Amino acid sequence: MPGDRRIEVEVNGARRRGECEARTTLADFLRDELGLTGTHLGCEHGVCGACTVLVDGRAVRSCLMLAAQAEGAAVMTIEGFADDPRGRALQEAFRASHALQCGFCTPGFLATAHELLADADGAPLGEEEIREAISGTLCRCTGYANIVKAVAAVAAGEP
Amino acid sequence: MKAARFELAAPTSLGEALELLERHGDGAKVIAGGQSLMPLLALRFAQPEVLIDLNRIEGLAGIRQLDDGGVALGAMTRTRELEMDPTIAAQVPLAAQAAPLIAHRAIRNRGTVGGAVAHADAAAELPAVMLACGATMVAVSTTGRREIPAADFFLTHYTTALEPTEILVELRLPAPPAGAGTAFEEISRRHGDFAMTGAATMVHLSRGRVRDARVALIGVADRALALDTTSLLDQFPRREALEEFATAAAAGLDPSSDQHASAEYRRHLAAVLVRRTLESASAAAAA
Repeated sequence: MPGDRRIEVEVNGARRRGECEARTTLADFLRDELGLTGTHLGCEHGVCGACTVLVDGRAVRSCLMLAAQAEGAAVMTIEGFADDPRGRALQEAFRASHALQCGFCTPGFLATAHELLADADGAPLGEEEIREAISGTLCRCTGYANIVKAVAAVAAGEP
Repeated sequence: MKAARFELAAPTSLGEALELLERHGDGAKVIAGGQSLMPLLALRFAQPEVLIDLNRIEGLAGIRQLDDGGVALGAMTRTRELEMDPTIAAQVPLAAQAAPLIAHRAIRNRGTVGGAVAHADAAAELPAVMLACGATMVAVSTTGRREIPAADFFLTHYTTALEPTEILVELRLPAPPAGAGTAFEEISRRHGDFAMTGAATMVHLSRGRVRDARVALIGVADRALALDTTSLLDQFPRREALEEFATAAAAGLDPSSDQHASAEYRRHLAAVLVRRTLESASAAAAA
């Protein structure tokens, strides 16, 4: 990616430097400059939620944030989930509950659920609450039932 | 799609941002949370030469309780903070009622209150909240500071009373008077979508009668629309009176049809939501 700006972002616990243009989104920076292609771009204008990542612990659509705006922030992408206890638990629960088929939307769901669980801080989550929280993320395979089940299982402390 | 090329300026002071805005004029766009502007850039509906990012300026975010019980919202306050802050729920409940309905959590994490108000989408919640609260917008430019009442602020689609050289820095929401109640309701196809129609309502009762009422609608005009509530004054807030007002108000609307809802359906929703919010705001006022 040709770029006239150099930025430094903490990604999955490591300091990463890279080049970008002013117009480069965080999603494109993660994928094209850092090679972290687990962040998926669906609509590229903030509708589908597939590109959701965690920025300073908050779920953010990486297509709606400029890479330059992430300078100095701590980003967690799907590549960092296996090393994070809550991220790992979510991955295992999604697998156990068959909460994914093609998997395109899954990184966005995991980031969204990660923030929801962090905010709940150990409290169990009801189906309504989970459905409201994931309503900004589109899945065309599963019909959501198993995604809700997986998130509820992690909230209830089950893998 | 990818945005067209632009220059990005990330000033660290408001003065610097205002000078940039003055220098670049119509070629510049101000970006706050970016949750409306980034899609417009990606779709190339907006192609500014310069983007002025407010995110590195200290002091533009935050919720401050005013001496008179009202609340001042820094323009860069994230919508998620508006949703979660206990001061908002206690002092300006209408804002707390509307906040969870604004898009999705990931959008609320980035989107700002000032950005939503300055963007002035006719279906967005916060402009109606500003109207129903009787809020004041505070704008600054290199030549000074200006306070604009919400009633004079929203002009038409994506157009406000802000001058091209002004930046919105604060929203001042007065607390509702004692004996007032508020309600916000909207109907959208899916949770988090823009509402087909919504209503923000404040009712102030005195000895059981309506002393003051403010109702603002979204999704039914070229901007958030404040209704004339004169005919409600001095009435008891009984269902028949509220229904009659709602029906007459909706009949006077001229909404447009699109793929989400026909004009007729929007008028129907407006009548239902005006009546419902007047009922619940009156019940809250009487409680």
